[in-house]
Amino acid sequence: MTKTITEINEKISKGDVVVVTAEEIINIVEEKGVEEAAQEIDVVTTGTFGPMCSSGTYINIGHAKPRIKLGGGACYLNDVPAYCGFAAVDIYLGCTQLPDNDPRNRVYPGKFEYGGGHVIEEFVAGKDIKLTATAYGTDCYPRKKLETWINIKDVNEAVLFNPRNVYQNYNVAVNLSNKLIYTYMGALKPGLGNANYCSAGQLSPLLNDPLYITIGLGTKIFLGGGVGYVAWQGTQHNPTAKRKDNDTPCVLAGTLAVIGDLKQMKPEWLRGTSFQGYGTTLTVGVGIPIPILNEEILRYTAIKDKDIYAPIVDYSEAYPQVKPGVLGEVSYEELKSGKIVVQDKEVPTASLSSYSKAVEIAEILKDWIKQGQFLLTEPVASLPGPESGLTFKLLKERPIE
Amino acid sequence: MISKRIVLKFPHRLADQPIVCNLVKYFDLEFNILKAYIIPKEEGLLILGLSGEEGNYNKGINYLKELGVIVQSLSQGIIQNSTRCTHCGVCITVCPTQALILDSHTRKVHFYENKCIACELCLPACPLRAMEVHY
Repeated sequence: MTKTITEINEKISKGDVVVVTAEEIINIVEEKGVEEAAQEIDVVTTGTFGPMCSSGTYINIGHAKPRIKLGGGACYLNDVPAYCGFAAVDIYLGCTQLPDNDPRNRVYPGKFEYGGGHVIEEFVAGKDIKLTATAYGTDCYPRKKLETWINIKDVNEAVLFNPRNVYQNYNVAVNLSNKLIYTYMGALKPGLGNANYCSAGQLSPLLNDPLYITIGLGTKIFLGGGVGYVAWQGTQHNPTAKRKDNDTPCVLAGTLAVIGDLKQMKPEWLRGTSFQGYGTTLTVGVGIPIPILNEEILRYTAIKDKDIYAPIVDYSEAYPQVKPGVLGEVSYEELKSGKIVVQDKEVPTASLSSYSKAVEIAEILKDWIKQGQFLLTEPVASLPGPESGLTFKLLKERPIE
Repeated sequence: MISKRIVLKFPHRLADQPIVCNLVKYFDLEFNILKAYIIPKEEGLLILGLSGEEGNYNKGINYLKELGVIVQSLSQGIIQNSTRCTHCGVCITVCPTQALILDSHTRKVHFYENKCIACELCLPACPLRAMEVHY
């Protein structure tokens, strides 16, 4: 039994497509078996909603009168610096950027109440954003100073472009030291006081297509409440990472770079986020449809939390000092039970990624497809897979004489 | 018997009076102080568990109100902002009294105000800043 994306799209257009979420498919396959389910089901939708630090937006603010060239100058959105090393009025704001006057961790642990991620959330919500900029002035762009309100509905383009989102799997963070530490995985209590993880597990996009058979460059996705696309493999994409027999990686592996028109996204799915003692970020909602082209693909989408494993890593020493060795491996079923055992100690678990919101995303995407609003795309090119030999490298530092 | 967690705000003029002591002396109430501090303008803020026979409890609360103490239920003081909360659940291991629980079926975070001791540890721990103080 095989199907093509064209055939599935015809069914979507006619309104008789069968779509289920990556959670629902589990029981369907258990009841009906892979063969029957693969015939019946056309699309499985996935979802994830977690903090993703490599996220940001580029904006073309429109030309001022007289003209100003922000390139080579400085620019702020609600006092958060934006990058303007492009043409005259193109700027990029990253979600971890902080106002110059934020005390950071000088008063430890820093609060990080407001940063780039919060500006993006407010901008998407339609709030006016204060833009202040200085430039050096040229014959063709004479102006040296600009102070104005900007609004998403007035700018030429506002595009969410995230160089690394949708991690295929992630570490379970613990703290072996005797002091409380503040990390991007949340506050970790001393002496294995808690364990924080960050994945939607069985609902997570790249865990449902572990070898990137259907998800590739150009794949149309749910992004931030609107429509987006996979632009490239994400930075640190590591397809050669260690995998289990079911092909799911048991360590950090694949990632996606994603892009989409920010103007049609929603603040509900792009949330400014603050990690005490660490910094700001953006919690991003992503959902990816997986076309059930054959039984193999369907089998992958029926993956369960109990068959997906994550490494337990000490964030007090091993992670910051890049020391090898993990403290063990644990399944998402165990993580979701609320406690795991590490070094013979029972440790309570918590998630940074919202499973209930991931379900909501998969449901929304399911509805879009069922209602004929969202057609599937054929990838333009494949993501590098395990056969590519691509690995994730550390920086080789070389002394500067 | 009645037992509640309440937030009391004392005006400056009452700062030197043994008011909580009087709750015990005159109304036979038991108290357990959860938090106490002085806020700007030298107003006192006291969060306590207060319990006793219902009639006495109500008389005690009236006594406080007549003195000019502002009495508020703690459940109105610490709030889970339902539009900010994404139900990730990172707060649940931070809460020392299991007032924040992740429902294993719905995977949503429930806030049980009656278990909250107003320690405020969840406030900075919530990445979405969904836990709020209103007192």
